[in-house]
Amino acid sequence: MQSITDLYRNMYRIRLFEEALLDLFSLGVLRGTVHTCLGQEGCAVGVISALDPVRDVVSSNHRGHGHFLAFGGDMRALLKEILGDVNGVCHGVGGSQHLHVQNFYSNGILGGMVPVACGVALAQKLNNTGGVSAVVVGDGAMAEGVIYETLNIAALWKLPLLLIVEDNHIAQTTPKNLGHSTPLEGIPIALGIKTIAMDGNDVLKVYEVTNDIISGMRQNQQPCCLILDTCRLGPHSKGDDTRSTDELSSCKLRDPIKKAEESISEDMLISIKRDCSQEVAILLNELVSK
Amino acid sequence: MNTIFTEHPNALLLGEDVLDPYGGAFKVTAGLSTKFPDRVLTTPISEAAITGLGAGLALRGYIPIVEIMFSDFLTLCADQIVNHASKFPLMYPNTHCPLILRTPIGGGRGYGPTHSQSLEKMFMGIPGLKILAPSVFHNPGETLRKVVIKEKGPVLFLEHKLLYSEKIQVNTSNIQLETLSAQDGYGVAVVRNYHQGNPDVCLIGYGGFSRDVSSLLLELAAEEIRVVVAIPECIDPPPIEILVRLASEAKRVVIVDEANEGFNWSTGVAALMYEKLWGVLEAPIKIVSSEREAIPTSQALELGMLLNKTKIEAALLETISWA
Repeated sequence: MQSITDLYRNMYRIRLFEEALLDLFSLGVLRGTVHTCLGQEGCAVGVISALDPVRDVVSSNHRGHGHFLAFGGDMRALLKEILGDVNGVCHGVGGSQHLHVQNFYSNGILGGMVPVACGVALAQKLNNTGGVSAVVVGDGAMAEGVIYETLNIAALWKLPLLLIVEDNHIAQTTPKNLGHSTPLEGIPIALGIKTIAMDGNDVLKVYEVTNDIISGMRQNQQPCCLILDTCRLGPHSKGDDTRSTDELSSCKLRDPIKKAEESISEDMLISIKRDCSQEVAILLNELVSK
Repeated sequence: MNTIFTEHPNALLLGEDVLDPYGGAFKVTAGLSTKFPDRVLTTPISEAAITGLGAGLALRGYIPIVEIMFSDFLTLCADQIVNHASKFPLMYPNTHCPLILRTPIGGGRGYGPTHSQSLEKMFMGIPGLKILAPSVFHNPGETLRKVVIKEKGPVLFLEHKLLYSEKIQVNTSNIQLETLSAQDGYGVAVVRNYHQGNPDVCLIGYGGFSRDVSSLLLELAAEEIRVVVAIPECIDPPPIEILVRLASEAKRVVIVDEANEGFNWSTGVAALMYEKLWGVLEAPIKIVSSEREAIPTSQALELGMLLNKTKIEAALLETISWA
């Protein structure tokens, strides 16, 4: 079981990594695009930490660095991949949005990995290892039809599929109220799927809830939907944040990292921040030419 | 399918209406669900999701055979085929995705515009995707078995509707059949209506048109017109070297396919062949396809606009007499 300190450490290093990426962009070092998960680290770390990297499979999306790192992915290999290095995770072919190592897969088509993850869930049911298949989407992607098709099949066939919705109330520049006619939880509930909606920025609570869900799923193969209310602290990718300063301010107030700091001693925080800063600094020094 | 399921315990079948006693819209899976009840899954009407499920199963050590009831519905599968199954082995290191999509193509049964098409050209030239289309001169079961054994990426396996009731054709005294093996191990059926000398024309095509080949060749033999027909099993990537070799025997070529006219398999193959046959050909390569129209239900209209024996024969004669 992970403690709040472990969870905080994981969130913090993700935060530094994502911030470093945006800096690299400004410096003209990074080519292409990245979609940082600033502000959503609580969701990534809370959920993914409850999964078993040996037995469970994670399918992620364009905003997947947090999931990748939380699942145990190597930070050096990830940075190399994003920099287009042939020694990166996917030999420079996949880049930020198309990652795979062991039981982690990510792709850049919104909602597209949901049926794939359901196929993985079926494989796990057939393999009888008690493994679970988790897939992450955002609120925007919940408008994709293939997700409904998949949820119907997962419920019908009783598959161990965990659909995680990181609801940050915005899809690129489109606010949620222009994307959905009904609360998101209505959909999985209508299909008979156990659905939990909660604050995604309380990392410890997310971790505890996910643990419960997973233990349940290992016993009774059933799909589940976990809707995490959260906030995107950064732009969609780079330079494409159309939200008002008020909105961004209230977002900052909900920062999962600040929240977790309330439960950790000053000394411990200093130590963790120092470790993580060092880790990222060493990497940048090594991989980014001056 | 029975053989495949017996030899490969990790093979599964997913599709609509595939369970016994119905056994599939074209009866291909008849008997399978009775013999392998845990491995034949009937699905809701969700082509995109079942294709994606197949891709997921294929990533995790299974060989999923997904049956799409009519190839016209492949449009619903497109994202999972193009942006998922085909891409996984290309983007991710050390990754296999042996998803097999089986689907009936073609018209001629009066099923109308959205149940008669040959839409495979939409999926040609997609990196990582292989397309096969057996003919009456191939053994489709053996071909599928070969796919299951050797392919590490997704395969589109096209079954022309009119071939379901046909028998596999063999050598006869008047129709010479030999099967050449292309580099990738799939067969090219070579059919000739003569025993000696060079052919007057080379006819290239795949799938459904093959059911008319024997009668066409016999008719032309009666007029002493020598034809060599090359019918590849694997149409993307096509076995260009073998096709070029056979085409240069005749120096006159007709390439046909049943898709609606406009940027087809035949035009694609022709472009590849022109590169190798420049200076050798005695006539431009003649292309025959179906008209660029919705495929009508009325029999006369349908058979008139689709690729048919009359159009192929006319094209052969035109090419032979081109000067």
